[in-house]
Amino acid sequence: MNIHEYQGKAILKKYGVAVPRGVMASTREEAEAAAKEILGSGATGVVIKAQIHAGGRGKGGGVKIAKSVEEAVELANKMLGMKLVTHQTGPEGRVVHRLLVEETLPIEKELYLGILVDRGEGKPVFMASAAGGMDIEQVAAETPEKIMKQYIDPGMGLEPFQARKIAFALGLKPAQINAAVPFLTGLYRAFLDTDAALVEINPFISCTDGRLFALDAKLTFDDNALFRHKDLRELRDTGEEDPLEVEASKYNLNYIKLEGNVGCMVNGAGLAMATMDIIKYAGGLPANFLDVGGGANAEQVAHAFEILLSDKSVRAVLINIFGGILRVDTLAAGVVEAAKKTNLQLPVVLRLEGTNVQEGKKILMESGLNFIVAETMKDAADKVVAATR
Amino acid sequence: MSILVDKRTRLIVQGLTGREGTFHAKACAAYGTQVMGGVTPGKGGTTHEGWPIFNTVQEAADKTGANATVIFVPPPFAADAIMEAADAEIELIVCITEGIPTLDMVRAWEFLQSRRSRLIGPNCPGVISPGKCKIGIMPAAIHKEGNVGIVSRSGTLTYEAVHQLTQRGIGQSTAIGIGGDPIIGTNFVDALDLFNRDPQTEAVIMIGEIGGNAEETAAEFIKTHMKKPVVGFIAGQTAPPGRRMGHAGAIVSGGKGTAAEKIAAMERAGLRVAKSPAEIGETLASVLGVRT
Repeated sequence: MNIHEYQGKAILKKYGVAVPRGVMASTREEAEAAAKEILGSGATGVVIKAQIHAGGRGKGGGVKIAKSVEEAVELANKMLGMKLVTHQTGPEGRVVHRLLVEETLPIEKELYLGILVDRGEGKPVFMASAAGGMDIEQVAAETPEKIMKQYIDPGMGLEPFQARKIAFALGLKPAQINAAVPFLTGLYRAFLDTDAALVEINPFISCTDGRLFALDAKLTFDDNALFRHKDLRELRDTGEEDPLEVEASKYNLNYIKLEGNVGCMVNGAGLAMATMDIIKYAGGLPANFLDVGGGANAEQVAHAFEILLSDKSVRAVLINIFGGILRVDTLAAGVVEAAKKTNLQLPVVLRLEGTNVQEGKKILMESGLNFIVAETMKDAADKVVAATR
Repeated sequence: MSILVDKRTRLIVQGLTGREGTFHAKACAAYGTQVMGGVTPGKGGTTHEGWPIFNTVQEAADKTGANATVIFVPPPFAADAIMEAADAEIELIVCITEGIPTLDMVRAWEFLQSRRSRLIGPNCPGVISPGKCKIGIMPAAIHKEGNVGIVSRSGTLTYEAVHQLTQRGIGQSTAIGIGGDPIIGTNFVDALDLFNRDPQTEAVIMIGEIGGNAEETAAEFIKTHMKKPVVGFIAGQTAPPGRRMGHAGAIVSGGKGTAAEKIAAMERAGLRVAKSPAEIGETLASVLGVRT
């Protein structure tokens, strides 16, 4: 789960991580009050930052500096409600509903900090680079030697000597080290306590007066751990997600909207990806990724089918099920229920194998609905792509 | 021979009294696996479907002589169940549970480093040596005893590969689903190494997917160590970057972990890569045909 920058900064502040003074504003009036307060308390300027769940906001025009309250209001007025397009939003962009109004700071250096779990090592890794403010993925690809990695023993946590190593590797001055250590250890504690998948500070800045700040903050939480974080679940902004994906998540379904017109319903993530692949080989394009999962019941399957059909670009549906933990008869009952409820008009190609496959086929055949039966994955892909034409 | 599980495997089930635990324990027993009992804290001393239930894994191991366990406990408690089994020195731990928090697995993984147990999974279908022993949730009927080893990050895609082989009359020595999570116990290299030493196994199918670099590491291993032919397949060739495709570990991030990179690494290492998932069985058959 992703959250907004202003929410991430509020969390980090609790862990002693220094963030610029700032206020979230969702109206012109709130933006004005925020700018007045911040400029009135000595800041030389304010920065207005669009709050959307995507990177590249600066280049897209979602980050602007104002020197006066009037200027801030004018910028806020333009930004609220605007469609912000960045390299991460896709061409359709995102509508800006919230702004973060923050003090400007005398930036000396822009650095990078990130914490995530390294899959190969099986432990958290702290990544730091003096090449901050840039696209870190590009730095990793072109100049990997510019990224310093500090693995963390999960039983111990980030030790002060490790924090010092990171700070010195970033080229911080001796006078800044005492502030850097609690900053970095606070960041790691926030990562652990929130069950984060990623904590990224880009840029982490050093000011001309020596102070250190998290100028941006990106926090992503492990969806599997949200059950134990009620407070974090409340930070979810479903306005940033695809409506069909939000609907699917209510029923614990893994659904991702794609560009094509072949709706797919598959059990198991690997088979679902492979099904998308084979549709493409057959000359079609998948409309979605949908993994109904291992333990789905008939009701979940019915919801899955309805969600799939409510995507207006879908012209034909492929159901590819290899029953293991999910029994084919359970799936069949759900599909028949949903097909009747939605008054199904689209062609549906079925490819069923595995646990209770005969019982499942029987339910479908006796339903009176017109399904196209396929024997193999290739056969199924060919038939469904033909049905879209 | 086969690897990991055979006629000598003595299995206990952690979470036997739950719905999934009961269903699959029965299915494993029906296949011929020696299911010795189960563990459900608080229900020790009772019996369930004729099996004795114990409060702790240690007690179950002591009383039944179990050398393997399969875990069906819910995600919040599953990492703890893995550590309990490792602490009781169970040789093989198969964790089926999907949805374990990553940081819980970081702790369990660290714990396992100083223990003797081998973990398979989590978020996996388990392991089967056809004709001998099944530990997991895979549909037994599609398997056939034979000489092809299968190792895969995906459950249902493993079934698909097995099915394609069996339809061609080609049997399997052992099929292992290693799991779709970012942190797993047994990885591709571990499984390939076991197949390499197994006299029953003559060829191997390795099924990967987008995310991480486990397939690239495995390709390097195959190039330098593998004495048997390996056929590869990578799922997610059409997956959009930055999106997690169902499995917690299946994500292309920062332009890394793409199917194209993995396929290229496999081909460089001399693997025969099936481009379409429908061609996995066919590709393996042609590889075996060339050899015999």
